[in-house]
Amino acid sequence: MSVYVDIRKKVGSFVLDVKLDAGRETLSLLGNSGCGKSMTLRCIAGIERPDEGIIRINGRTVFDSKKHINLKPQQRGVGYLFQNYALFPNMTLLQNVMVGAERDRSLTRSQRRDLARRQLAGLKLDGLEDSYPSQLSGGQQQRAALARILVSQPEILLLDEPFSALDAALRWETEQLVRAAIADFRGTAVLVTHDRDEVYRLCDRLAVYRHGCVDTLGEKWELFVNPRTANTARLTGCKNLSHAHCEGGHIVAEDWDLSFPLLREGPWTWVGIRAHRFLPGRTEDGFSFPYVIKNNIEDTFSRILQMQNADSPDSALIRWETDKDTAAALPETGWVHFPEKELLLLTD
Amino acid sequence: MRQLGQIIAGFDWSPFWISLKTGTVATVVCFFLGLWTARMVLKAGPKLRAVADSILTLPMILAPTVAGFFLLLLFSLRRPVGAFLYRELNVKVVQTWLGCIIAASVISFPLMYRNARAAFEQVDPNLIHAARTLGMKERRIFWRVALPSAGPGVASGTILTFARALGEFGATSMLAGNIAGKTGTISQKIANVIKDGDYVTAGIWVGIMLVIAFVILVLFNLVSGGKGHRHSRW
Repeated sequence: MSVYVDIRKKVGSFVLDVKLDAGRETLSLLGNSGCGKSMTLRCIAGIERPDEGIIRINGRTVFDSKKHINLKPQQRGVGYLFQNYALFPNMTLLQNVMVGAERDRSLTRSQRRDLARRQLAGLKLDGLEDSYPSQLSGGQQQRAALARILVSQPEILLLDEPFSALDAALRWETEQLVRAAIADFRGTAVLVTHDRDEVYRLCDRLAVYRHGCVDTLGEKWELFVNPRTANTARLTGCKNLSHAHCEGGHIVAEDWDLSFPLLREGPWTWVGIRAHRFLPGRTEDGFSFPYVIKNNIEDTFSRILQMQNADSPDSALIRWETDKDTAAALPETGWVHFPEKELLLLTD
Repeated sequence: MRQLGQIIAGFDWSPFWISLKTGTVATVVCFFLGLWTARMVLKAGPKLRAVADSILTLPMILAPTVAGFFLLLLFSLRRPVGAFLYRELNVKVVQTWLGCIIAASVISFPLMYRNARAAFEQVDPNLIHAARTLGMKERRIFWRVALPSAGPGVASGTILTFARALGEFGATSMLAGNIAGKTGTISQKIANVIKDGDYVTAGIWVGIMLVIAFVILVLFNLVSGGKGHRHSRW
């Protein structure tokens, strides 16, 4: 159970240049829209053709530009879950799922029907067999699309932003079913998303994209703790990033006009601090600064404070997220600090 | 009134059947040819597509007599193609019912082709991609996924094609002529009886044409309104 991708393709204004591999695990592709995540998935599925490179699924070469191998999507054995579900509107749910069962040519029609019914029931869609896709909610449609894929017994699962068209409640419910399905599947799954929380809940490893290239690739927890690049930090949810350089034994964060003790020499050019890592009060270790609160925004269960280095009125705002009680007790100006290990040193 | 009664009693219904047969056969021909061409043109690159599109739409823009002129050039027994067909295959196009069908097909083909193309362009490409990744064969994808999704557009194209083929006059009169009981369609009958000043017979045929046209338009609107489309007023 694996997928190996090493491809290049010119796509409009950027060049997709990606090298990835995944074993029996869930790999997430995280990145801004239009950075090539979905294109990667489409190349694996055979919907798009890379300009050059190699794609292997379970060790089987499905694309090799040098050897002129380019298997049709029909021959690749992938299950592709589309953002807009792509259910056939002229067929009932049962007929849709039965199409998935056609891949195994040895099955009779009634066997395929039984398989489809069982799969629909497994995804809590029993009773809706004779409904048309347009009569269903988005969540039900996505589950039906998942059923259609699973019944086709794919070698790998490709999930292209499967929850992005759903509202919050359905999203959660659908995500749980997809998570269970991936766990049952026990094979390689590749998930495209731009939601870092989804990544954290669903996947094992993470590839962060930037302008068509893989910026960082690693275990998800590792990349959340140590994002390595400014892009990865941003995409894993770090709200505060500043250009930085080393000067006189200090780290100078240019955008914030702050300096901190030198932790290590870098090739780093950025620093980052996650918004919920700040604590009120002053410390002597050098990782504190005087703040002045510029904006105080009430969020659902927390407060978002936009503060500024009190000594530098032109410096960039720094975001501090804290619970409402802590925020209420804070004076307009004061000192704020953060643990030393929370200062992320990042390359470009 | 007595005059009308006499006319109806001895009425020659052959133009009606000739028109209906011509329209039906031409529609069937155009349906398959139009779908296939639309599919091919959509597969082609942008330049080839522009050229092919122009050529395929030409019969709709040109005067039917111009199309008739070219058809005569092609099929006349004194021309290579026409002579070859007659000599080798014993097929005669000029002054025959086959000529009616060819003329009507050529003139109404662009309606089928253009409607089918527009309808195919509206099909969500992800449906086709999904079908492919699920392992469906291309031919089956076309008939089971693409065509049903393009359904209303294809259906309205078919109806318009039938209407156009049914009423074809210019190219038909040049290629197939107006032989009563053989190539004499309703349109030609009307032109013919008017020439003789027989306004009553002409009127009856005009009435029949109006009824057919109205039925076709109602059908067209029902189909292109489509099920599932909820019309919002504005």
